[in-house]
Amino acid sequence: MASNTSGGSSDRQRIAQQRLRIIAGHLQRPVDGDSAILAAECKAQGSKPDASREEKTVPRRRQEIMKWNGWGYSDSRFLFNKKGQAEFTGKRYRLSGMIIPGLKDWFEGTFGASLQHKTPATPLLNNSAVQPPTLNEAFVEELKSTGIPFSQDAEDRVFRAHGHCLHEIFALREGKFGRVPDMVVWPNCHNDVVKIVELASKHNVCLIPYGGGTSVSSALECPPEETRSIVSLDTSQMNRILWIDEKNLTAHMEAGIVGQDLERLLNESGYCTGHEPDSMEFSSLGGWVATRASGMKKNIYGNIEDLVVHIKMVTPQGVIEKSCQGPRMSTGPDIHHFIMGSEGTLGVVTEVTMKIRPMPEYQKYGSVVFPNFEQGVACLREVARQRCAPASIRLMDNEQFKFGHALKPQVSSIFTSFLDGLKKFYITKFKGFDPNRLCVATLLFEGDREKVLQHEKQVYDIAAKFGGLAAGEDNGQRGYMLTFVIAYLRDLGMDYYVIGESFETSVPWDRVLDICRNVKARIVRECKERGVQFPPLSTCRVTQTYDAGACVYFYFAFNYRGLSDPVHVYEQVEHAAREEILANGGSLSHHHGVGKLRKEWMRETVSNVGMGMLKSVKDYVDPSNIFGNRNLL
Amino acid sequence: MASKAVYSHRDPMLKKRDDFEDILEERRNSSDLRYALRCYAPVVYKGLCPSKAGTLKNMVLQSDQLHYVIHQVSRETGRAVDDVQEEASSILEEMAHRLQLSTVRFFAFTLSKVFKTLFRSICVNEEGIQRLQQVIQEHPVVLLPSHRSYMDFLLMSYLLYTYDLALPVIAAGMDFMGMKFVGEMLRMSGAFFIRRSFGGDKLYWAVFSEYVKTMLKNGFAPVEFFLEGTRSRTSKSLTPKLGLLNIVMDPFLKGEVFDVSLVPVSISYERILEESLYARELLGVPKPKESTSGLIKARKVLSEDYGSIHVYFGQPVSVRSLAEGRVDRCQFNLIPRHIPKKPSEDIHSFVNDSAYRLVRAQEENMVLKPWVLLASLLLQNQVSGQKRGIALDELTEQAVWLRDLSRQYGAFLHWPDHMPPSEVVSSSLSLHRGLVRISEGKVQLALEQTGGPAAPGEPRSAVTPEEELLSQAVIVLSCASYRNQALHVFLRPALLASAIHTASSNKKQEVFNSFSFLRNMFSNEFILCPGATVQDFEEACYLLVKTGALQVTQQEVLVTERGHRTLVFLTSMLDPFLQGYQVVCRFLCEEATEVLTEKQFIPAVRKFIIKHLVAGRLRYTEVLSSDLQKNSLAALLRLGAVRKIKGAEQGTLKVNTVMVNSLEDTLGGKLPTQKAVVARL
Repeated sequence: MASNTSGGSSDRQRIAQQRLRIIAGHLQRPVDGDSAILAAECKAQGSKPDASREEKTVPRRRQEIMKWNGWGYSDSRFLFNKKGQAEFTGKRYRLSGMIIPGLKDWFEGTFGASLQHKTPATPLLNNSAVQPPTLNEAFVEELKSTGIPFSQDAEDRVFRAHGHCLHEIFALREGKFGRVPDMVVWPNCHNDVVKIVELASKHNVCLIPYGGGTSVSSALECPPEETRSIVSLDTSQMNRILWIDEKNLTAHMEAGIVGQDLERLLNESGYCTGHEPDSMEFSSLGGWVATRASGMKKNIYGNIEDLVVHIKMVTPQGVIEKSCQGPRMSTGPDIHHFIMGSEGTLGVVTEVTMKIRPMPEYQKYGSVVFPNFEQGVACLREVARQRCAPASIRLMDNEQFKFGHALKPQVSSIFTSFLDGLKKFYITKFKGFDPNRLCVATLLFEGDREKVLQHEKQVYDIAAKFGGLAAGEDNGQRGYMLTFVIAYLRDLGMDYYVIGESFETSVPWDRVLDICRNVKARIVRECKERGVQFPPLSTCRVTQTYDAGACVYFYFAFNYRGLSDPVHVYEQVEHAAREEILANGGSLSHHHGVGKLRKEWMRETVSNVGMGMLKSVKDYVDPSNIFGNRNLL
Repeated sequence: MASKAVYSHRDPMLKKRDDFEDILEERRNSSDLRYALRCYAPVVYKGLCPSKAGTLKNMVLQSDQLHYVIHQVSRETGRAVDDVQEEASSILEEMAHRLQLSTVRFFAFTLSKVFKTLFRSICVNEEGIQRLQQVIQEHPVVLLPSHRSYMDFLLMSYLLYTYDLALPVIAAGMDFMGMKFVGEMLRMSGAFFIRRSFGGDKLYWAVFSEYVKTMLKNGFAPVEFFLEGTRSRTSKSLTPKLGLLNIVMDPFLKGEVFDVSLVPVSISYERILEESLYARELLGVPKPKESTSGLIKARKVLSEDYGSIHVYFGQPVSVRSLAEGRVDRCQFNLIPRHIPKKPSEDIHSFVNDSAYRLVRAQEENMVLKPWVLLASLLLQNQVSGQKRGIALDELTEQAVWLRDLSRQYGAFLHWPDHMPPSEVVSSSLSLHRGLVRISEGKVQLALEQTGGPAAPGEPRSAVTPEEELLSQAVIVLSCASYRNQALHVFLRPALLASAIHTASSNKKQEVFNSFSFLRNMFSNEFILCPGATVQDFEEACYLLVKTGALQVTQQEVLVTERGHRTLVFLTSMLDPFLQGYQVVCRFLCEEATEVLTEKQFIPAVRKFIIKHLVAGRLRYTEVLSSDLQKNSLAALLRLGAVRKIKGAEQGTLKVNTVMVNSLEDTLGGKLPTQKAVVARL
């Protein structure tokens, strides 16, 4: 899938050969390449080139396949064509190459935006606008001698200076760069990381681990006050599955592997992890661990903390790992929980053992329409009470339902459009649902066929008790597809004066309705008070259910024409929304993490003593603040 | 209206107020019946879940809150759950309104007739109505009218019906329910009834609060109640009661609604229907129990002219913005919200402060009639001992002076500027001819001829001095109730004037100490926002300096030549209260040596005061007001100079003679406001 440029691969070969020369003398590597279980040292030494390697998604020069100032692949984007119709380019997604006839009207109607008013991004990265690197010569010298590849190229550095917060992307589109890393290193294996961390400690260099770069918490931003040389440690080349243990159903991976590669490679052996965060195309295993990620199908497979069996992390104090792979231990506080959620402040996660499952025999999407959001939430609550949640169950509110509708691609057959009309008639006219109040839940079932069908019936029966009507597989599937393209849509909005973002929280069941209502209303009010000329899009959905509560996602976007500092307004509104979340009993974050964006609320979130505990861990593990991204604390 | 001086704090003179519209005018020109039967389609709250009164009851009875308390009560008392549930259900039955449009239409018809005979006009600020209409759609609304008359809540519903606004449900005292037929009528026009006291009754409280919250949250109807708790017999605003305000703020604080809008409503009567009734009540003639027959007897009031009513719908106050930066709503995160919990310290003080702000907002939008100024002047004149009264033209001159002063202080004065002042004065006097007498061009209070039903021919000798005193007191207290309407305008400057008067020097610090002492002393008597001493002091200084009555330097406070008149007026305004509090202190020192219970306090102090008045040792008849006496006792209790002993004898009062004595002396200016006294406060 990844397009490999010749430059990239020849580079790799050159470095591989160099490393081979250096290390060949003192390492006797057992060659054991034909079993499914592959115990491997650094791949650069590998005599047998990894067959799947050429299919890996993320090259060192990411900008060759990905946008430097937007989301995702360079070849995939939304645009309004000459006829004013929206279409999605590229070939990668189900939606690719399709016309989306409803999007323009929705877009203009919702935001008061117009195709006449464009705000195009700066097309090319201007290298001269990037600060020259502050280099620690001694560090660079010693690093060179290890043979670990690195770069001081402006494009490489800029690419790793940001995540995907609105303000970060907005600045890039305007061609503005703040503090960026001074160089980028690409370790190839755990030992490389050990060396880099040792050198960084020795020469007092600041390290910022970089995985998929999909952070939305300002976690990747370089602290502007950092005077030391900042080195971005890009884990993307540590991307192998080192072994699969079919007896225990575990797999051992290097932490730089991104979600889509992990799933694809495991699928080839008939397995999966089932961990599917919305960012899984680009986010990495190490990033999941470092931020306590959550996957869409956690109801079956669990969140990252349930999936992880063993973690290896390199810290300035040395390597931390457990001595065995027992499925549960009573050995004091679980040290994994210092690592999970540490957000790159303690070290670099290099290798992880995760649970795997045989691939599901059968998958089925589904959807249910409810007369209103209240009924929908009541239904989800009941599903959670009966602990019969499907692999995924999500409830969109009315605005989001309409949004999803606007993203329907052009239908080719008259029959389908006729069916759609009939469905609409049945729901609104026959069943009396108010089109401005109804909302929809999307479902995904997984497992063996019989059980899925049984399960499906159980869920639909519960839904019926809350006035829910089954609304077909198509709606469900489109709902999930939306997850992957929504980030692309933001780029489209930004071409036309519309900025937006999503944020999430987790909240007890009895608060779900209240928090949804209040936060949405707060957003609308704050926008109005801050001079936003058009009513914003303020919508939410319940994306995960738990025994004691749910995860709620808010989407928020507005047309910023007439504002002198839209990003500032945006940030104020988001700040107010977060305060509202906290005041309504919501958590600071369900899975995005804290980063620098939300750390002002950390103390009240975990108490003074809690802060002290976390600080003392940091002080012990990293007394010189080598991992100086200043997240979390 | 005023110069746009750049001052850092708010200038009462710059207050913008809306214009009024008379709603009776249309009633006089078109059919009342058609009006009562017209199509009524109010705008409603956008989050409304339409529900009937019956389903409302079910929602309350099935709520988690009530469920919890029912089980709790059952556990504590050993009663069966069903039994407690039954009780809850009957409490609700007794309490709940049964709002019916037909009854409302009936009232719309009859009240139109009644209002037209009683009043010249009922004026409403229509901009306020428009604002209300707006907020009703946005958020649950709480209406907070001032309470001066029985009329208030019928009038409110009448107005809302007239303007096609959602009819409110109104918290009413249980005493109305005693009036058989009327009670039910009121219930059907939206009143729900609550017991006056239910201190420890958990179940009652739970049913009650859940009932109110349910109506509020679902946007069933605006909830209306009286912050002051009861009708003010003195026309002074009463210190707010917090119970219901706590309840209506709770859904916001717990995140159950996005916001709640509080709308203060100021209802000002040119003549209060219950005028002399209140005076008698304050003098110790017990309040007649509300009964239907009593109401019919009150029919004779129908033949009199009660002038006009002004109703001002104030700026809606958002609970959310009140709470912004003051309340940490996270405190509700750790306990399920349906478990009843005593409000925390900060919530309590937040609700208290908000309540004061709202009552102040009511006060500020009270319309004052020229008569209010005349009553103030006549009272002062009467006390200064001019037995023959004051010449009409002199009164007019003084009234014009006071008009200008009160306007400068930001009073909402309705003085008809197109009329010559003398005409304004005489027409005001004629409306209140029961209270004043004009003879030989001189005006004075009608103190002599009002000894009850005494016909001219009856022998005067049968009247004892006490009886005569009491009958005079009825007039004085009635008059004082009009003066009191203006008190909030003059209060802060008057406190400052009195402070200057009692302070031993002109030093600013000393004057401030004195001000602060008086303010503290009177905080049960007047609406003084807690913790706003410095602000009030600054406001008072600002007003007096601005009107040229005072010069304030860094160190000193000096009265100017031309400020003398103002200061005399202001101190005289406060003087009855100062004297009154001193008398109460003296009583406690002299007479309260043996066992005095709280119950006996009022009759005993009244006897003591009558003695002093008859002997001529006390000038102010209005000190006989039981309101003042109760307030002074409350102040002394608050300051710890008197203590309530809970023992065998219920509510025995224990007097700290030394402290009461020194408070009396300080009030009288005999003792400087020493640090010691202040510290003990």
